[in-house]
Amino acid sequence: MIPLSITLRQALERLVLPILIVAALGIILLGQADRSLTERVRMGLADILAPAYGLVVWPQEQARTLLDRMRDMGRIEAENQRLRAENANLRHWYDVAAALADENASLKANLHWMPDPSPSFVTGRVVRDTSGLYARSVLVAANVDAGIHKDEIVLDGSGLVGRVTEIGSRSVRVLLITDASSRIPVRLEVSHGAAIMAGDNSGTPRLIYYPQDNPPIEGERVVTNGEIDTMPPGLPVGQIHYVRPGQPVVIPFASLGHLDIVRVFDYGRSTVVPPDAPGRIPVRRPADSLSLPFPSPLRRG
Amino acid sequence: MTPDQAPEFQPGIQPRPSLWRRLDILSRRGLPAVLTALAVLLLSAPFGVPGQAELLPGILLSSVFFWSVFRPASMSSPIVFLLGILVDLLGFGPPGVMLLVVLLVHGVALSGRYGFSRAHILLLWLVFAGVSLGATALQWGLISALSLHLVPAIAFAFQWVLGVGLFPLLCVVFSTMGRSIANPDRA
Repeated sequence: MIPLSITLRQALERLVLPILIVAALGIILLGQADRSLTERVRMGLADILAPAYGLVVWPQEQARTLLDRMRDMGRIEAENQRLRAENANLRHWYDVAAALADENASLKANLHWMPDPSPSFVTGRVVRDTSGLYARSVLVAANVDAGIHKDEIVLDGSGLVGRVTEIGSRSVRVLLITDASSRIPVRLEVSHGAAIMAGDNSGTPRLIYYPQDNPPIEGERVVTNGEIDTMPPGLPVGQIHYVRPGQPVVIPFASLGHLDIVRVFDYGRSTVVPPDAPGRIPVRRPADSLSLPFPSPLRRG
Repeated sequence: MTPDQAPEFQPGIQPRPSLWRRLDILSRRGLPAVLTALAVLLLSAPFGVPGQAELLPGILLSSVFFWSVFRPASMSSPIVFLLGILVDLLGFGPPGVMLLVVLLVHGVALSGRYGFSRAHILLLWLVFAGVSLGATALQWGLISALSLHLVPAIAFAFQWVLGVGLFPLLCVVFSTMGRSIANPDRA
């Protein structure tokens, strides 16, 4: 230690506390000026202490699980009674369900029911909202090699989102049903009317071409119509809402504002192929009539 | 309790203390600060004890006040500064507030220690109640000013009451400690 005179050392010792108080004031000012620095230092300390906190939490969790198990053991008798009753009830419902399934299968067999092909789908995450002022579309990161084609249907957990319009190497662009160029044929579930849902870049697409003598009912469900290829009937789209009399809009079920994970469905092209009209002779193309029944010598040379 | 350095009881010529003895003295002198830091760490650990967040300032202020009055060598200003920094880093309030409060309590205790250390325990309790009331009010005012809105004062009142209620209990613990394991003269 550096030899100092006693008076000087006492003066220094008396200065320590004021200096530290000034330092504390400085720290307050620094913390107000640069909040991120404080957060970084605090997170650093928390990272250091995290294992120790884990050691503190572990015995608590063990004790809690032990207590819970002991409590469960106390309740085991009542629980058994309840489970037995519930099991009997469920067994009854299982029998009912099995009987109904059998009945359904036999009815379908009698009707020569053709089951719908189950669609294949690819799940992807919405990586970017490419909506601008004039378009509503999102980019979905999905493995395109898994077989995503143009015009496939995109659904989220609750309803129709849109259609695939462009395909990149790792992502696909999906035109949302709210886009101004989106036209989807829909069916109204209660009034049984058909209409076209036309997007207008707002959150609620308009409903156009609905039957005038059978107007949509406020609150009824809107599902897809199945009149266009690749889109099966009955997919949930939204709900009717009248913004003002005579102007019905569709409130989409899908949360188009914040899409996260969506599924791209392949329902197969032209699910319902119309048969050729009976009694009509297939039209011959003019080129066919000119073809010669024997190979032309001119073409050989 | 005997003060840390009592020259009249120590002979002028002493044998040079061995390494172990010096370590012993050092650890006994540092025990109050280490225990306080440990209490701060434990009280900021996720125990889920009700009132844990309000308990921390009470224990910290009691410890700093007690040791600053009775043994400033064990609770010197830099040590108080480090404890304040630790509390501020473990907490989520505006940084530096608890640090300033603790340093001011330490300063008050140091300036009045000759009167306080001779006072009766009940009088000391009253003094601590006053000092910690001022400290808590300052803390509330600073936090309100720095976050630009009035923080509900009821939590701070609870914190003050808890600290004042804990002080006699901690006094007993600390003075027992100061006579036995935290006494450098016993090394």
